[in-house]
Amino acid sequence: MSDASATQNGPVLAADGTPLKRSLARALRRQKMRALMLIAPLLLFILVSFILPIGDMLYRSVDNKIVQNILPRTVVALADWDSTSGELPSEAVYTALAADMKEAAAAKEHTKVGVRLNYEKPGVASAFRKAGRRAKKFDLEAGGPWKEAFLKIDKKWGDTEVWRTIQTYSPPVTAGYFLNAVDMRVGVDGAEMRPERERIYMALLKRTLWMSLLITGSCILLAYPVAWLLANLPMRSANMLMILVLLPFWTSLLVRTSAWKILLQQQGVINDLLVWVGLVPDDARLQIINNQFGTIVAMTHILLPFMILPMYSVMQTINPSYLRAAKSLGATNWTAFWRVYFPQTVPGIGAGSILVFILAIGYYITPALVGGTKGTFISNQIAFHISTSLNWGLAAALGAILLVVVLVLYWAYDKIVGIDNVKLG
Amino acid sequence: MKLTTTIMASTALTALAGAAAAEDMAMEMTFVSWGGAYQASQVKAYIEPYLELNPGLTVIYDESSAEATAKMRAMSEAGNVTWDVVDAVISDTIRMCDEGLIMEIDHDAQLAKGDDGSLPTEDWDGQLVSDCYIPLIVYSTTFGYRTDLVGDTAPTSVCAIFDTDAYPGKRALQKRPIDNLEWALYCDGVAKDEIYDVLSTDEGVDRALDKLATIKDDVVWWTAGAETPQLLADGEVVFGSTFNGRLFSAIAEQNQPISMLWDMQSYDLDGLVIPADLPADRLARALDFVKFATDTKRQADQAAYISYGPARKSSAPLVGKHKELGIEMAPHMPTDPANATNVHTYDYEWWADNRDDMNARFEAWLAK
Repeated sequence: MSDASATQNGPVLAADGTPLKRSLARALRRQKMRALMLIAPLLLFILVSFILPIGDMLYRSVDNKIVQNILPRTVVALADWDSTSGELPSEAVYTALAADMKEAAAAKEHTKVGVRLNYEKPGVASAFRKAGRRAKKFDLEAGGPWKEAFLKIDKKWGDTEVWRTIQTYSPPVTAGYFLNAVDMRVGVDGAEMRPERERIYMALLKRTLWMSLLITGSCILLAYPVAWLLANLPMRSANMLMILVLLPFWTSLLVRTSAWKILLQQQGVINDLLVWVGLVPDDARLQIINNQFGTIVAMTHILLPFMILPMYSVMQTINPSYLRAAKSLGATNWTAFWRVYFPQTVPGIGAGSILVFILAIGYYITPALVGGTKGTFISNQIAFHISTSLNWGLAAALGAILLVVVLVLYWAYDKIVGIDNVKLG
Repeated sequence: MKLTTTIMASTALTALAGAAAAEDMAMEMTFVSWGGAYQASQVKAYIEPYLELNPGLTVIYDESSAEATAKMRAMSEAGNVTWDVVDAVISDTIRMCDEGLIMEIDHDAQLAKGDDGSLPTEDWDGQLVSDCYIPLIVYSTTFGYRTDLVGDTAPTSVCAIFDTDAYPGKRALQKRPIDNLEWALYCDGVAKDEIYDVLSTDEGVDRALDKLATIKDDVVWWTAGAETPQLLADGEVVFGSTFNGRLFSAIAEQNQPISMLWDMQSYDLDGLVIPADLPADRLARALDFVKFATDTKRQADQAAYISYGPARKSSAPLVGKHKELGIEMAPHMPTDPANATNVHTYDYEWWADNRDDMNARFEAWLAK
């Protein structure tokens, strides 16, 4: 009796005597490890070529070590200065600046910090450039008084705003780029909105989201019937149609955008046609490019295949006998479509919409070429800061915001529609 | 297997031969420029002659000058700069020089004297606005107009752009604040030498933008240099600003009914720069090349292929006819006295300080 209860309550043993639970866990772990080893090359590749660079880029949106590194003495000396007092920093600060400048100029780094601070206060760059040119010859022992010397080099060194900027941007981490990206700035008493005439990014972000939605919507409307035709025509004609869908897909983006310019401009093909038919008077040709309309038309065309293809692959799997069954049970054409066919195509619409929307949000070449003033996207500003102004911190902050917005929308989509309902094929 | 060995052996041989021939100068040079007709003019004017003098040298061409600043910074951060000589506009040069991405040049010591014996600093007087900059050409951003669309009185002043009563129709302007703000203030009655003083105040910027607002509905904003010639050729715009070389090719090579409006043309500078901290052999090659490419004769030669003025004063008398079209080039140069009666030289330093700020103001205004 006691023996039997011992075997019943004790752990179940495997053949080699170890508890079965542990043995099973070990086997499973080994299996998982093997699977992990198999995907390890891909994982490593993604980590090195994708996640790390993006992480590094995003870190730039808060990184501000440059000021401390290049002006170490000045940053310390300036810490006690009261920026609201309206008075210039003391001679000690200028002396520290002279020492920092001499060192920085020898290493040719003074202009770097000037450029960094110029993003916050225009004019600082030239003040640093001018001071650096002289700083090589500074005699730190016998020279001075430094306040006078700096004021003589450039009167901006006598502007408390310049000093406040240096002080504000002393810490190694800054929220400045993010504030700038949402049209704010660091004022005397903390963060404040920028003046109306300098606000652009929030308006651009709203416009980007709104227009991407419109583009996604018009893609759905245009793609649905095409995908339906593709899925239901006989093989031969369906193949022909598929080539027509894919042909523009293989054409260069720039060529397609330029083609739209030729079609849509005021002296273009469409306007010429309308004037010739007599629908539009010659002196009042339609403005259908260089505005939001132009961007929406061109981008809808460019992104259309990304909507058609997922829809098509989903529609292909829908059994036509469902529709026939619905009709034989008395449904009208519309009811059969709306109650039976359409719900089954939702996963395709979902997949296409996510693709098109996320692609649209990051577009910048097409909006730049056909968007005029009101049809450009936030990505155009990101491109400007990456390649022209070299303000990569701000570009990273704008990019981070865009990324978060997309993730939030994706999350919301998952909550409302459910990501399981998305099917790419 | 055999093939790879042969290739490896021959590469090693050429490398050896090259090293022996050019005494520690790299036998490969990456030259970065703008592509198109401009880069072609550089190839004909000084790269091909330089290759003849240096057999065995390979030049690798890159057409990335438009993104030069961003790519230079990325390469420098990665610690792998593959460029040797880069063609860049002055505003980009100032920025790259500030960032320490390109090397400072001692012009008198490292570059060729003028044919008239003048020192480089004298020959390029007034153009050496950055320590890193090696001048090549002077170009200008200026207006072209459709001769058949302006009525009986051809425009003679840049302010015709703002006169929509006399010259109805669209105008093409570059989608950036530079030049446009200056032209607007000039046509609003500000004296030429006070433009930047006025622009340095908030009210001044407002004033310039208000003036631009009077034609905002009539403006087509362009971003790529090829757009204005196309817009003019299609009759989509009556006036359009662009680089003078683009207008030259539309007028002289494609015979479009377009004419130049040189009034208040905005001088801009374009030249060569050398990345900072190149290895010794590549640096020696780059310096040797830029010395050759920027001498008096070569600068004049380039003007035979494109209508951009040589930066050297000593090159001006040598400017001759277009190599293919056979027309005199001097009257098409922005620096020709007849074209340069009223010139706007933009303040590089002011724009280096204020470009980002002005861009924000300008973009906000555009979006309104």
